[in-house]
Amino acid sequence: MKTIQVSVVTPDGPVFEGNAKMVSAKAKSGELGILPGHIPLVAPLTISAVRVHDVDGKTQYVAVSGGFIEVRPEKVTILAEAAEIAGDIEVDRARAAKERAEQRLASNKQDNLDAARAEFALKRAMNRIDIATKR
Amino acid sequence: MALKDIKARIDSTKKTMQITKAMEMVSAAKLNRAEQNAKSFGPYVDKIQEVVGSIASGSNAKHSMLLTRPVEKTGYFVVTADRGLAGAYNSNILRHVYRTIQERHKSADEYALIVIGKVGVNFFKSRKMSILDSITGVADQPSFAEIKAIASKAVGLYADGTFDELYMYYNHFVSAIQSDLTEKKLLPLTDIAATKSKSSYEYEPSEDEILEVLLPQYAESLIYGALLDAKAAEHASRMTAMRNATDNANELIGQLNLSYNRERQAAITQEITEIVGGVAALE
Repeated sequence: MKTIQVSVVTPDGPVFEGNAKMVSAKAKSGELGILPGHIPLVAPLTISAVRVHDVDGKTQYVAVSGGFIEVRPEKVTILAEAAEIAGDIEVDRARAAKERAEQRLASNKQDNLDAARAEFALKRAMNRIDIATKR
Repeated sequence: MALKDIKARIDSTKKTMQITKAMEMVSAAKLNRAEQNAKSFGPYVDKIQEVVGSIASGSNAKHSMLLTRPVEKTGYFVVTADRGLAGAYNSNILRHVYRTIQERHKSADEYALIVIGKVGVNFFKSRKMSILDSITGVADQPSFAEIKAIASKAVGLYADGTFDELYMYYNHFVSAIQSDLTEKKLLPLTDIAATKSKSSYEYEPSEDEILEVLLPQYAESLIYGALLDAKAAEHASRMTAMRNATDNANELIGQLNLSYNRERQAAITQEITEIVGGVAALE
């Protein structure tokens, strides 16, 4: 069976490397499903889970905090500022991050930049909790 | 000098040497880790560079971060350490930045400073230069999350027009005994190598929207890369400084030992002379 190489890379080093028969990700413009031999593509991602369907029929979830996906016929590279494999996510920490973000959102409504940042943090934390519990 | 004083100095120098030796070994270990960090960061920035390059070369995409605009205010991003005891590591950068600013700008309105590290913050504060943003206490092995805030702020300040160009100053790690002062024009991103990549990409939804996401991410990663580089250089120069200190202490102890022995011999000789003199007086 044809497979496609997948790697998820962050500034702190590679998070995931492996082969897959299909990769699905949520781009800003909608869901993307990538099979081996896909035409070269670049798309920005949303804060979401990247799903890697590997050869044994299992599915790996990787939480990404945005970034973008680069597709070549034989290789998929996902570049995100932060990413975690579902199994590595510490749910307690994600919960704490979620609470912090909620508090910050509630406490300052006037400062737009801070609010936007807190909202972003909230989204990321919820995404991580979501993915960790889905597994 | 009295015997007791020399002995005390030898002891204290030995203790100092123990400390500098320990610091040297700690820095050596940290340097190792820092080099590894820089290595694991490599693939990330290479990939971004490749994609940015292929978009920038293959299209007429225009983004504010790629365009040079008339400069009214210049931003300076300075990376220093939190502590001293690292030889000329901090003073090199700070002296250079200070001189550059004095040469280029007449008034304080023409520049803005963003500083990493306590030494840099104190330096500019004591010279009454206002610091736009700063971060201190960066870990020895910084994670991206740690500097994400200041990096995205620096990029944001360029985007909203607070300054029209951004320079970055840091020590580039060459080897354990050498680091080079580096000045890098970070924004606008003019020196993106127009790499002819093998594949021409489809862009989803459009090139402009990808650049919107990609360029800030790229600029932030460049800042992070510079910080990793600077950290390696910091550990290296601290290691070298501490090795020099240890060597100096060794030499000093040698000299002190010599004069201690001389002094002791002189005291013995004097005592013998006194005894002999005393005996002669009795006869």
